[in-house]
Amino acid sequence: MIKRAISSLALALGLVVATIPALANEGGEGMAPAGTNVADRASLQRGAKLFFNYCVGCHSLKYVRYSRLASDLGLSEEEVMTNFNFTGAKFGEPVISHMPADDAKTWFGKDPPDLSLEARAKGVDFIYNYLNAFYLDPSRPVGWNNTVFPNASMPNVLWELQGLQTAVHGEAAPGQEATVEKLEITTPGRMTPEQFRGATRDLTTFLEYTAEPAALERQSIGVWVILFLAGLTFLLYLLKHEYWKDVHDSH
Amino acid sequence: MANVFTSIGDWVNERAPGLAPMYRAHMTEYYAPKNFNLWYYFGSLALLVLVNQIVTGIFLTMNYKTSALEAFNSVEYIMRDVEWGWLIRYMHSTGASLFFVVVFLHMFRGIMYGSFKRPRELVWILGMLIFLVLMAEAFMGYVLPWGNMSFWGAKVIISLFGTIPYIGDSLVQWIMGDFLPADATLNRFFALHVIALPLVLLLLVVLHIAALHEVGSNNPDGVDVKHGPKGNRWDAEKPADGIPFHPYYTVKDLFGTGFFLTIAAFIIFFAPTFGGWFLEHDNFTPANNLVTPSHIKPSWYFTPFYAILRMIPSFFGTAIWGVIGMFGAILLLALLPWIDKGAVRSVRYRGLGFRIALGVLVVSFLALGLVGAGVTAELIPEWFPHADVTTWENAFGRLMVAGYFGFFVFVWVYTRFGFEKTKPVPERVTMHD
Repeated sequence: MIKRAISSLALALGLVVATIPALANEGGEGMAPAGTNVADRASLQRGAKLFFNYCVGCHSLKYVRYSRLASDLGLSEEEVMTNFNFTGAKFGEPVISHMPADDAKTWFGKDPPDLSLEARAKGVDFIYNYLNAFYLDPSRPVGWNNTVFPNASMPNVLWELQGLQTAVHGEAAPGQEATVEKLEITTPGRMTPEQFRGATRDLTTFLEYTAEPAALERQSIGVWVILFLAGLTFLLYLLKHEYWKDVHDSH
Repeated sequence: MANVFTSIGDWVNERAPGLAPMYRAHMTEYYAPKNFNLWYYFGSLALLVLVNQIVTGIFLTMNYKTSALEAFNSVEYIMRDVEWGWLIRYMHSTGASLFFVVVFLHMFRGIMYGSFKRPRELVWILGMLIFLVLMAEAFMGYVLPWGNMSFWGAKVIISLFGTIPYIGDSLVQWIMGDFLPADATLNRFFALHVIALPLVLLLLVVLHIAALHEVGSNNPDGVDVKHGPKGNRWDAEKPADGIPFHPYYTVKDLFGTGFFLTIAAFIIFFAPTFGGWFLEHDNFTPANNLVTPSHIKPSWYFTPFYAILRMIPSFFGTAIWGVIGMFGAILLLALLPWIDKGAVRSVRYRGLGFRIALGVLVVSFLALGLVGAGVTAELIPEWFPHADVTTWENAFGRLMVAGYFGFFVFVWVYTRFGFEKTKPVPERVTMHD
């Protein structure tokens, strides 16, 4: 009974654990893994710097307060207010972009979305691959297109870091448009391709954090909770065993 | 100190003399068969999850805003600004999914060991009512965060009622209180989710347990301990194979609780969205009646029933057959005591036909879950690049629908016309040490 119970329980736990990697594969087909780690504070800080230099002009983080950024990223109030806050918002207020919504509609055809929850809505792999997949396309209104999100309204705001990327088209089937086979950097940017992938990974890490600030604490608390519960379960097993001795003996 | 407790006990006893006998009848002198195995943990675990849902739910309502304009923001407020709000919400959302895991296993146990059979039909019917209310409760709770999948899921599920002839369209508007799921819908679902249905659920759970304790628990051998030899260490008149629920099964269930909580904590702290199965990606976008999610699908625990709905085609100009099939799938389960006429309860001593049929039921149910969740639609093009996905999915899905309903048809024929060759049932329960 005991052996059977333990092996069945182990099997159940094994099945749960085995499904995690399968379930975690949420990015979709053909996407490179983002490889983010929200526990890496340096990466988070670099990502925040990129976000506030290149993204916040158009995109808000309406669920993220400057004060929370400071405490979670290990920055002082002064550092956050001088480097990240360009709108004169108070320290306790959320990150709201300065761009007027009406103008945004005129310029891009739509209001740039709030990015607080983007990593949870689309997945980190999507963001990471999207940021790496811009290419020049004169047929688009802003001159850029994207292989991960075709006909995106957004231009490649990171072009000066990445350089200019152009598409190599394959053979077009009759009556159809040629598909993009691969992307090539034709004009180098300030970063090498390797550095740029690192930078976009940092930015993705930062957005993963803004989507769930609790992620920073839940895993470190979780380890202790599970250790406690595992110990408790063991003691409860001994208790059960003690109480059931006479049932097993009398049989 | 002991005197204080004794005198308080006497004081209460004098004024409520029925309490102590009630405690004895349900705990220390409720004699449960001593051979319960792993499958018998899930009843008490379901109770544990119910309590978890109520307690965490109370704390969630303290910060949740019942309004189509504010609901989504208030959930993010809970996740970010409320102290431990993220933990409370993950406990509630993970609890909802684990509730169904536990209840499905509990129901399977009942089918496997014939716990639904005479004299426990009423216990089974009450259990099926609990399952129905639980599904309504889960559906309405899923709408409350007002994410985009909440909105579209609500729209799809409510429009099922639109297939009812003549009154369908008006009924749909009456349920929603609007032409689309809207503020009115959200408010009434909140009322039903936090007070009306939980009250019904609690009442049904009390009746379920009361009805069980009236007839006594079944066990993996399906042997009626009440009709076996009498006399155990505690009482000469009580079943020889029975042991007092307290302390034996209370300590055993405590161990099960510890193990279950460890798994639950693993999900809550390390995989709270469970890869998009417990909390869906599309529900992290606010409700938007202009943007349809790429795949509208219900929560995983509804997917087998949703697949039955999708796989049954419309004919005679109406789609109601799928709806009938979906509700019929649940109704047939409730009618199992009258469909399965076999005299032997436990699968251990039943005929090979029943064992195979039970396997088919489990496989079809799980496969229908995959169809309903859209997993087959993803896997078919991956495994068979040249296959026509819709044709293949329909063929596979309909085969599984046939498997699910086939179980009930087969079991009725098998037991009604005496095809089942059972093994001899032992006189006393067996222990597998």
